[in-house]
Amino acid sequence: MNTVVAPTPGAAAAIPKARFDWIPVGLLVAVMLLALPAVGSGSSWLTLTVAGLAMGFIIFIIASGLTLVFGLMDVLNFGHGLFIAIGAFMATTVMGGMATFADTGVLQALLAIFCAMLVAMSVAGALGLAFERVIVRPVYGLHLKQILITMGGMIVGEELIKVVWGPLQIALPLPEPLRGAFIIGEAAIEKYRVLASVIGAVVFGLLAWTLARTKIGLLIRAGVQDREMVESLGYRIQRLFVGVFVAGSALAGLGGVMWGLYQQAVSPQIGAQVNVLIFIVIIIGGLGSTLGCFIGALLVGLMANYTGFLAPKVALFSNIALMVAILVWRPQGLYPVTNR
Amino acid sequence: MIGRLLSHDLPRSRWLAAALIVVVLALLLAPFLFPGAKALSVAAKALVFILLVASFDLLLGYTGIVSFAHTMFFGIGAYGVAIASTAMGPGAGPVLVGTAAALAVSLALSLVVGLFSLRVKAIFFAMITLAVASAFQTLASQLSDFTGGEDGLSFKVPELLSPAFELFGGAELLGRVVDGRVITYYGLFGAVALLFLALLRIVNSPFGRVLQAIRENDFRAEALGFRTVVYRTASNVISALFATLAGALLALWLRYVGPDTTLSFEIMLDILLIVVIGGMGTMYGAVVGAALFVLAQNYLQDLLKWLSADGGAFAGIPVLSQLVSPDRWLLWLGVLFVLSVYHFPTGIVGRLRAAATKGRR
Repeated sequence: MNTVVAPTPGAAAAIPKARFDWIPVGLLVAVMLLALPAVGSGSSWLTLTVAGLAMGFIIFIIASGLTLVFGLMDVLNFGHGLFIAIGAFMATTVMGGMATFADTGVLQALLAIFCAMLVAMSVAGALGLAFERVIVRPVYGLHLKQILITMGGMIVGEELIKVVWGPLQIALPLPEPLRGAFIIGEAAIEKYRVLASVIGAVVFGLLAWTLARTKIGLLIRAGVQDREMVESLGYRIQRLFVGVFVAGSALAGLGGVMWGLYQQAVSPQIGAQVNVLIFIVIIIGGLGSTLGCFIGALLVGLMANYTGFLAPKVALFSNIALMVAILVWRPQGLYPVTNR
Repeated sequence: MIGRLLSHDLPRSRWLAAALIVVVLALLLAPFLFPGAKALSVAAKALVFILLVASFDLLLGYTGIVSFAHTMFFGIGAYGVAIASTAMGPGAGPVLVGTAAALAVSLALSLVVGLFSLRVKAIFFAMITLAVASAFQTLASQLSDFTGGEDGLSFKVPELLSPAFELFGGAELLGRVVDGRVITYYGLFGAVALLFLALLRIVNSPFGRVLQAIRENDFRAEALGFRTVVYRTASNVISALFATLAGALLALWLRYVGPDTTLSFEIMLDILLIVVIGGMGTMYGAVVGAALFVLAQNYLQDLLKWLSADGGAFAGIPVLSQLVSPDRWLLWLGVLFVLSVYHFPTGIVGRLRAAATKGRR
C-alpha cells in the first residue's frame, strides 16, 4: 500500500537552506562567560581572554592548512609540524640579523617582524611544494603509507634543522619596543598578544573571504564536499590541491614565526610539540572543517590560558580533556564534514 | 612438531629460515658466545624489541591501523614493575603485582582509547593515540613522587636475578660465571620465546584471519558479518597487553625505568622503523628486523663516530662531518625509513619470500 506523497508546491523550487549550527559558537561564548566567575577579578579575566584568543588565532593559522589539505585530498600530513619549525627557525635568523635595527622603534620592530614572516612564508611554501612532490604525491589514497611517510619526512626534516641551526634551544626575544604591556584599568594586556590577535584576525579574515567569496574558495569548498564532482566538472583538483598544500605550508611558516615569538624560544622539537596541539584542534573541529578548526583553536587557546591560571598542573592536560569531552558529545567533531 | 610450534606459519624461504636460525641460536647462546657486559645487554635489548615489535606488528601489519601509543603501554609495563618494586621492596611478589597492575591499567586504557577512536575512522586513531601518548608522557614526568619524574626510578630486583647472585658458587660454566644477569637473560629469552609463539598463534588463528580481512577491506569484512570495531579493539587490547609485558621484561633487565628508555617518541620511531624494514604483516619480520636494528644501533653508531671523529674519513669536510656525526643517527634512520616505505614495502621478509616463490617456479 504505497501512497505517493505529492511534493508540496514550492518545495522543489527552493533549495532547502542548511541551518547554521550555532551551538559550538555558543559553547565558545559560554566558556568565556563561565570563566569570569571562576577567575574572580574582571581584569585578570580580560588579560587571560586576550591571551587565549591570541593563542587561538595563532593555532588556527597553523592548523587551517592541515585541515583543508585533509578535506580536499584525504591526506593527513603528519609532517605539518615541520613547516612550523622551519618558520620559527627562519624567524630566529631574520630577527637575529635585524636585532639592532628592530630595537630602534615600534615601526622598525614591526618591519622586522614582517620581514621575518615574509621570509618564513616563502621558505615554508617552497618547502611545501617540494614536500608535496617528493613525499606526499606517490602515496595518494593509501592512508597507512601516508602516515608512515609523512612521519618519516618530519623526522628527516627535524634532523636537518638540527644540522643547520644546531640541536639546542635558541632564544627568540621580542624586539625591545614590543615588550611590555598596555595597562587598561587593572588589566595588563601584553603588546605582542595584541599584535598577534590583529595579525591572526587579518589572516582569518583573508582566509574566510577567499574561501567564501572567490572562485578558488568555492572550488576548494566544493572539493572538500565532493571531490569527484568537482573533477567531473572539468577542474583539475590536483592543481588546486598543490596550491592549498603550498598555501597551508606557508601559513604554517607564518604561524611558526608567531608561535616562536609567543614562546620567545625555539627548539627543534617545536614541530612535534605543535603537531600534537593542532591534531587535537582539527579533531575537535571536525576533520576537514575550516569553521570547526577556528572554533576549536579558540577553545583550545582559551582553555589553556584559563586552566593555566586556575590550576597550572591541570593545564598540561586541558587540551586532551577538552578533546575527550567534545568527542563524547559529538564523535565527529564540532562541525562534521558530511560524507566522511 | 615444528609446524605445530610455529602455528603452521613456516618461514617459506630457505634464506629466511637460515636467518631465523642464526638469530635464535645467537640469542640462545649469547652469554657464552659473546663475552662482556655490553654484548649481553645488546642481546637482551634485541629480545625485548622482538616482543615489542611483534606486538606492534599485530596492530600495524595485521590489522592495518597505526598507533603512536605503543610506547605508552611499553612504559606502563616498565613503570608497573619499577613502582611496585620500589614501594614493596625487592622480591618476586612485587614484580608479579606490578606486572598484573600494569596489565590491568593497559587493558583499561587500550579498551577506552580503542572504543573511543576506532569507531570513527582508522586515521582518527593515529592522531588520537599521538595526543594520548604525549599527554601520558607529560603525566609520567609530572608525577615525580610516584615515577621519579625525568630522572626515572632505579630499583632492586629479586635476589635471584641480581648480579651479585651466583649459581654453582661462582664456578665458571663454559668460561662464564652463571650470575643473576645470565639467569635474568635466560628468563627473558624464555618469556620472549613463549610470548612470540603465542602471538604467532594469534595471528594464524581464525581471529587473526579476520584481522587481515579487515586490513585488506574493512567494508567487505563488515559486510561478511564481522563487527570490525570489536575486532579492531580486540587487536588493540592484545597488542597493548603484549607491549606491557615487554616493558616489564625491559625493567627487569635494566633495573631502571625512565621516560627516555620507555616512553620517548624516539622509541616509537624505532618500533615503526623495525616493523617496516623487517616486513609488515609477518611476525618473523620482527625477529629479523629487531636483531638487525639493535646491532646497527649499537655498533653502527661507533662507525659513524669513527667516520666523523678527528682522523676519520670525513673529518675535514664541514657539512658532511656534521651529517655523519653520531648525533645525526636519526637522520639516516629517517631516510632509510622513507625509502623503505616506498621501495621496500614488504620488508626483508617479504622480499625473501618473494624470491623463494620466484625460484620455485
